[in-house]
Amino acid sequence: MRILLVEDDRDVAGFVVKGLREANHVVEHAANGRDGLFMAASEQFDAIILDRMLPGGVDGLRLLETLRAQENTVPVLFLSALGQVDDRVKGLKAGGDDYLTKPFAFAELLARVEALTRRGKADSPVTRLAVGDLEMDLLSRSVKRAGQKIDLQPREYRLLEYLMRHAGQVVTRTMLLEGVWDYHFDPQTNVIDVHVSRLRQKVDKPFPKPLLHTVRNAGYIMRADNEG
Amino acid sequence: MDAARFKLSAIRLRRPPRAGTVARVPHCPGDRRRAFFARLRGSPLLRSAGLRFAALYAIIFGLSAVALAIFLWWATAGLLNRQVEAAINADAQGLGERYQEGGVPALILTIQDRLSQNVDENAIYLLADNDLHPIAGNLAIWPKEVSGSDSWFELTVQRGDRQALARLRRYDLPGGFHLLIGRDVGSRAKLRSLLTAGLLWAVLVMVVLGSAGAIAIQSLFRRSLADVSATANAISRGDLSNRVRISGRGDEFDRLAETINDMLDRIARLMDGVRQVSNAIAHDLRTPITRARARLEDAALHARDAGDLHAAVERATSDLDGIVSVFQGLLRIAEIEAGARRSAFASLDLYALLADMHELYGAAAEEQGQQIDLLAQPPLPMFGDRDLLQQAVANLLENALKFSPPGKPILLGAGRLGDRIEIVVADSGPGIPPEDRMRVTERFYRGESARSTPGSGLGLSLVQAVVQLHNGTLRLEDNHPGVRAVLSLPAEFSASRRLAKTDLRMQALPR
Repeated sequence: MRILLVEDDRDVAGFVVKGLREANHVVEHAANGRDGLFMAASEQFDAIILDRMLPGGVDGLRLLETLRAQENTVPVLFLSALGQVDDRVKGLKAGGDDYLTKPFAFAELLARVEALTRRGKADSPVTRLAVGDLEMDLLSRSVKRAGQKIDLQPREYRLLEYLMRHAGQVVTRTMLLEGVWDYHFDPQTNVIDVHVSRLRQKVDKPFPKPLLHTVRNAGYIMRADNEG
Repeated sequence: MDAARFKLSAIRLRRPPRAGTVARVPHCPGDRRRAFFARLRGSPLLRSAGLRFAALYAIIFGLSAVALAIFLWWATAGLLNRQVEAAINADAQGLGERYQEGGVPALILTIQDRLSQNVDENAIYLLADNDLHPIAGNLAIWPKEVSGSDSWFELTVQRGDRQALARLRRYDLPGGFHLLIGRDVGSRAKLRSLLTAGLLWAVLVMVVLGSAGAIAIQSLFRRSLADVSATANAISRGDLSNRVRISGRGDEFDRLAETINDMLDRIARLMDGVRQVSNAIAHDLRTPITRARARLEDAALHARDAGDLHAAVERATSDLDGIVSVFQGLLRIAEIEAGARRSAFASLDLYALLADMHELYGAAAEEQGQQIDLLAQPPLPMFGDRDLLQQAVANLLENALKFSPPGKPILLGAGRLGDRIEIVVADSGPGIPPEDRMRVTERFYRGESARSTPGSGLGLSLVQAVVQLHNGTLRLEDNHPGVRAVLSLPAEFSASRRLAKTDLRMQALPR
């Protein structure tokens, strides 16, 4: 994927660029709002990681508003030290697709950026999801693995749906909390892990090959081994 | 210092007038008056609210005194005048009737009768012929000032052997005769002059009393305000312990002093809170930062291989994450307490929210051999911030999960109580000792039993902040054993109405 990073802090930018390149992405970096706007408007990117407070007279919000005014729909993730709820709301209102507050864990950033690009592509309505021999019919809300029906609670179904929609990608606990439960706070206990392990009991345990993997220090990934 | 300024301005005023201004003779009254006012203007006296009130007092006092004098005058002297005129008119009517009945002889007879019987010793009658020669009556000559008829005259006449002030009226009779009727008003004039003198004295006394009252008011004002201003000065210099003295009279100034003192108490409490929080931040953030730093330094100096180094860096990173989460917790509480989040208020069903929380945390509880019982009846409509309420309930549930022993159920309940909704989270853990209950909502405060468990000491502070934002209260009760946390929140209708009116942050924690 081709990703543009607009970030003025040299250390943070270097760290993010290195990490994204290690994850096999092509990264361009702009150190101020003016350059960032120029690059975002003149080149094609799959995603933009955008700092809110930028030097050069064009801050992150204005950059994005200008882009959106030109009907540029590239997915944008705000990466900002402004972490109040109002700031977040402002960022999303200006056309941002996601908002991550500094300081951040790189795994979280990577997972969210990759989820963004996926979201951009999945425009056509999908009626069926499949990972390996696991199938989900979104219309009848039924789940089968190797032809065998699996009974799920409504919340387990939504959790599995979220994981399958992001198959092949790392999904963090925060993303699950936001995407499945619509909660925007940081639980101190391992509530998400418990729910994932319950889902695993139903989806993976009775079958020889696991599909739902734990990624250390990051979260979970849904993947058939032959895909990876 | 004021005296010096007075003298200075006086000297300045006595300088010879500059060219272009009209030269005045020194010490003329106008000049002196001007100098006085200029001196006043230069002094802080005229700028004093006390003086303004005093002047207002004097003016109102003076105006009412003048009004009283006018009324008094009208009621006494005016009444006498009107009585005299009424008597003269009555006489005129009576004499006119006599003249119509019996002509001039009857009239003369009547006048002589009246004078000899001395009906009214002040009565003056004079009947004159066409050439104003007296025919009958007690005046020797017709006063030449009395010319026209039907109008009142007041003049001095020769009455026997003495001069007398008389009020007179002339009537022209058919047949060319003229009749003059009047009253000697000498005594009335005496009364009037007495009254005038009395009123003038009264005005003088009034001016003196008014000025004295004004001065008294001003000094009262100055004295009452001097204390307030001295206190305010001391506070602005940084001495927060100063308070306005209360006289004990229970008057307006006392009430003002009490209000100011209450405000100062609250400011002092807030300052204390800030100091406590900054101390707590210093302690609770310094400790993990020190730990992270020590880990990194230790690894840099003593790590034997890359594995050691890696492990140390990872542990330091997780220490830093802990610091960040404390930091974010603090910011979140500050944000909530600032009331900035009230914009996110909306109608919501608390039952659905609690059912979701029950579902999210129920699984984690079962995993630890615990159990959460949901006890609530839908619907529970209220007006609030969904995210914050979720977080508050989550914090309470996490506390309960942390402290409740396995096998004992944790209660998550909610119900309507009049116009309020109460959410209850009750566990069977060690509980909070009564002496700690007031303090556990302070930032970073951790009770004895909580010291050994992980946590930042911010959980209940956040719950408290959220509850106050919603105009509710947080009660921590004894569950025998354990803690029973009760959030009392306004239900939908009363909440939206009250939100518009009151400042929610001012609510204090109930005892």
